[in-house]
Amino acid sequence: MKTCLVVDDSRVIRTVARKIIEELGFEVIEAEDGKVALEKSEERLPDGVLLDWNMPNMDGLEYLRALRQLPGGDKVSVVFCTTENDMRHIQEALAAGADEYIMKPFDAEIVKTKFEMLGLTA
Amino acid sequence: MRVEDFEYLAKLLKDRSGLIVGKDKVYLLETRLMPVARRHGLKGLDELIPKLRSGSGGEKLMVDVTEAMTTNESLFFRDTRPFDLFRDHVLPGMMQARGGQRKIRIWSAACSSGQEPYSLAILLKENQAKVSGWRFDIVATDLSKEIVDKGKAGLYTQFEVQRGLPIQLLVKYFRQTGDKWQIDAGLRSMVQFGEFNLLTHPRSLGQFDIVFCRNVLIYFDQPTKKKVLEGIADIMPKDGVLYLGGAETVLGVTDRFKPIPGLRGIYQRSDGEPAVKMA
Repeated sequence: MKTCLVVDDSRVIRTVARKIIEELGFEVIEAEDGKVALEKSEERLPDGVLLDWNMPNMDGLEYLRALRQLPGGDKVSVVFCTTENDMRHIQEALAAGADEYIMKPFDAEIVKTKFEMLGLTA
Repeated sequence: MRVEDFEYLAKLLKDRSGLIVGKDKVYLLETRLMPVARRHGLKGLDELIPKLRSGSGGEKLMVDVTEAMTTNESLFFRDTRPFDLFRDHVLPGMMQARGGQRKIRIWSAACSSGQEPYSLAILLKENQAKVSGWRFDIVATDLSKEIVDKGKAGLYTQFEVQRGLPIQLLVKYFRQTGDKWQIDAGLRSMVQFGEFNLLTHPRSLGQFDIVFCRNVLIYFDQPTKKKVLEGIADIMPKDGVLYLGGAETVLGVTDRFKPIPGLRGIYQRSDGEPAVKMA
């Protein structure tokens, strides 16, 4: 079973995202900030990451940059999922190696199509 | 809603747009028509329906009601695969067949707010090198004026641009204006939008090599489906191709079209050789 790391400081968002992503057939692991996410990624690389931007301790962008430095970290599909919804942030995320970008609020359909686009659910 | 009111509305919609509204759609009727009632200064359906029946709401009210019921949500690159087939098979095949005139006409026959024709325009742009020197006419029509105007403007909500559109393409082809996203002027100029009711014969639109008529026949009854498909066959050259939605087919409806083997959802005229084949 493929694994997906859901990184968000909101427990509510994590719960909603977990439900959506589990229905897509993933085992879901949660992390409440970038620092915890990085520790979990070092233990075991997930296949996909749904990643919030603004979080305490380590934000999503810093986590993404660190993840891309890990051995095999370049193979992980990373989907930002954030309230940052302007072109500048999107371009910054893509430049840092994000594969897809979801602007909150999101729904199951958006997550599903983004995952499909990345070949994660195939 | 009273049974006779429901039946009245269902018949009105069937007559004007071909749309079939089942009894299970009462809820949809109510939620879609409440905003129309309010726009016309009416308290609710209890005031709206008598106005429709008596004709005192005029043609404008009739049109608004029909439009509110026929508006369907759409997404960019809906179902993905039809667009992959377009890029990999339909486009190269048709280009080979039209090498002489270097012109291809495409009709998006139920274009909703423009996601389908713009997806095609984006595909052509993304393959610019291959299609340079060619002329593509993309004609996009829908029954609803409101929705056609929206397509023309090319303005979408954050929700809409996230449905089916890869982020790279959003960054490349859209501009943020306030809380909306607008497709760039170059792509807008590639699509000609217009109002068109599929219940009328399409001969006034000219001939089309490729027709997209996806996810609209499902709302029609059998004789209407047949009429629409045969109208399309009339305006298509013998080697033209037709796209239908995933839940739609020509089988048992008309013998003017048949499926192209290996190309799911794509049909050819039964009396011709399609320009497009599975390689």
